[in-house]
Amino acid sequence: MLEVRQQYTFYGVLLYVASTIFVLHLAMWEPEGTVWKGLFWMMQLFICVNAVAKSFLQEGRERLLYFYTIAGARDFILSKLLFNALLMVVMSLLSLGLFMLMLGDPTTDAVSFLLISMLGGFSLSLVFTFLAAIAARAQQSSALMAIMGFPLVIPQLLLLNKASTIAFEHVLQGGLFSMILLIVGLDVLLVALAIILFPFLWKD
Amino acid sequence: MLRQKWWKIVCVIMLLYTVVAGFLGSVPAKPILNETIRNLYFHVAMWMAMMITFIVSVIYSVRYLRTNNHLDDIYALEYAKTGIVFGILGVVTGSVWARWTWGAFWSNDPKQLGASIALLIYLAYLVLRNSMTDLDKRARIGAVYNIFAFAMLFPTIWIVPRMVESLHPGGMGNPAFNTDDVDARMRAVFYPGAVPGWTLLGVWITTLRIRLQLLAEQRLH
Repeated sequence: MLEVRQQYTFYGVLLYVASTIFVLHLAMWEPEGTVWKGLFWMMQLFICVNAVAKSFLQEGRERLLYFYTIAGARDFILSKLLFNALLMVVMSLLSLGLFMLMLGDPTTDAVSFLLISMLGGFSLSLVFTFLAAIAARAQQSSALMAIMGFPLVIPQLLLLNKASTIAFEHVLQGGLFSMILLIVGLDVLLVALAIILFPFLWKD
Repeated sequence: MLRQKWWKIVCVIMLLYTVVAGFLGSVPAKPILNETIRNLYFHVAMWMAMMITFIVSVIYSVRYLRTNNHLDDIYALEYAKTGIVFGILGVVTGSVWARWTWGAFWSNDPKQLGASIALLIYLAYLVLRNSMTDLDKRARIGAVYNIFAFAMLFPTIWIVPRMVESLHPGGMGNPAFNTDDVDARMRAVFYPGAVPGWTLLGVWITTLRIRLQLLAEQRLH
């Protein structure tokens, strides 16, 4: 995978995360819960665009051809999805740690927020992996990523943002379970679509 | 069948019926809603026409991926375009209605946001297509994205807006399309007139656009 061969991209994203959070720290010290939550999800979105999009956009044509000869399309997209999902979960955990360190910890229930942010990183990575696979086929792919990606992730982000309210307030939130279920269902749908549709993108 | 004339005549009659009966027919008097309830014939029916054209579009995209027939791709594209037009009309009629019932054209209601996000997703489809020059590649990737966009349409306009507070009819005890609020007189206009009328108009526009597209390609060759 690209991240192992070009480790500087991985560290680049890490540095990007750290410096952005540091700037936020300088700009707002310790923001209150809703702001903190909003910033956190925005951070996740941009980390995802940066980290996941690279996996397809920066692969050379020859190397893709090489992968084509050694692996089937389904195996390839599955491994990409899995790898990117793991990458994003790690990134979510790291940025959550940095957030707590630098911006304070407004959560009352850190464990559930941790779980929701892992789920969030996982689902965002699925959307962007598939979109990167589409965008890599077109010209000006990084602009296309933004055009296609942002409207598509808004529902997910809204759901995640709403679900993560649980970690900030002690009120019993109705519908939390169905929201989580919906996010998981969306993930399953995305994986299924990616497996069905990717072979069509792949043959060239 | 689509080359025949009768369904276009039926379409015009249905729409005339919708407009005449929609503006002149009697409607249940409701507080706040008053006469704006007539928007049912336009706003709601246009959303339904949009959903139907998007469904047709996605069916043609699936067919394209199975057959690689260039014609299917043109059908999918033009039906998606018509769907976008109906979507824009749906948002506009909705926000005019909101002006007289909610007090403002735009109030960042979840339904309004969901609808505009759905439109953005489909506009991205057009941008994606235009970013590629190779015909086969464009058709194939366009079809893949169209199916993907259709799958994402459901959470954006059907599921998520229903899970949060919304002023839109149908949620939070607001009057909506159920037996208490819409009576038989309105149903007599909505089902036989407005829904099939607007849908047929969409199909008509699309067939014209498809013919135009085919003529333009013939001239190119």
